[in-house]
Amino acid sequence: MNLLMLKKLIGIVDNPSEGFDITSKVLAKINIGGQEVWLTQTVVTTWVIMAALIIFALIVRIKLSSFKEKPDGFQNIVELGIENMYKLVVTCMTEKYDYFGKWFFGLFCFILCSNLSGLLGFRAPTADLSTTVAAALATFVMMHFMGIVTGKASYFKGYIEPVPFLLPLNIVSEIATPISLSFRLFGNIMGGMAIMSLIYSLPRWLNFGIPAVFHVYFDVFAGCIQTVVFVMLSMTFIKDKIAD
Amino acid sequence: MDDPKAFVMGCSAIGAGIAMIAGVGPGIGQGFAAGKGAEAVGRQPEARSTVTSTMILGCAVAESTGIYGLVIALLLLFADPFGVKAW
Repeated sequence: MNLLMLKKLIGIVDNPSEGFDITSKVLAKINIGGQEVWLTQTVVTTWVIMAALIIFALIVRIKLSSFKEKPDGFQNIVELGIENMYKLVVTCMTEKYDYFGKWFFGLFCFILCSNLSGLLGFRAPTADLSTTVAAALATFVMMHFMGIVTGKASYFKGYIEPVPFLLPLNIVSEIATPISLSFRLFGNIMGGMAIMSLIYSLPRWLNFGIPAVFHVYFDVFAGCIQTVVFVMLSMTFIKDKIAD
Repeated sequence: MDDPKAFVMGCSAIGAGIAMIAGVGPGIGQGFAAGKGAEAVGRQPEARSTVTSTMILGCAVAESTGIYGLVIALLLLFADPFGVKAW
């Protein structure tokens, strides 16, 4: 690996003294069949998080054979996460639709890791609108798929209620759902990043220890709350569309 | 007003500041939700977890208007919607 490659790899770590930019840096441009593909900080950080999650999943899978009736240590942590997620899904979506828990647990882990990756100096993938819109569109598709499958005619009837005159308004409110869902996560993480870069641009003697306090608030606290909110709102939206 | 670029950039900065007035609404809304949540927990301490999760959900929804303001402000400051840098 030559020095240039190494420099580009280190480029995924933001240098706070360089200031703040709303778009993530383009590290490399690859040509795939005439189509230029940009490898941005977001893409590379997402790969790192994916690799970490896959390795964790493999470790759990290997250790699964040695799991005991009475959990201890590592097994406790895994079971705690699974059980809490299951409880959240059951309270939001009832036991009949608990199979959504598998998807939402994966989404939860990914968003939580991306929000917390700011602590390691990465640029959080959720601070890029593309990531959050992708996650919100998945919710959007699931909402309407479940609505059509379970409701059939009553789903389409819902658009002309209470009066047919309100049809355009109903359609706009459906489109607003993924927008508000994605912008909420993006705005929170991006706003945290903007304020963090302002704090890092303070004089050097003020930069000793003080940013750590703000990192705890903007990365850990806001990141965890927004993860829970994103997942819980997605579940609530899907449950609202399901006709029972 | 020699440089029109500077004028547009300055107006963008003022606009970003005005956009952040949107932060007033969520402040009031979330404070109201948190106050009512505290009231509910005080009246029924055993329902604490349900009240808390409902409150967080409500706060998140109330927050979205403020976030829209923040996104507009960030766009005005960094994303260059009027193409000033391309002039």
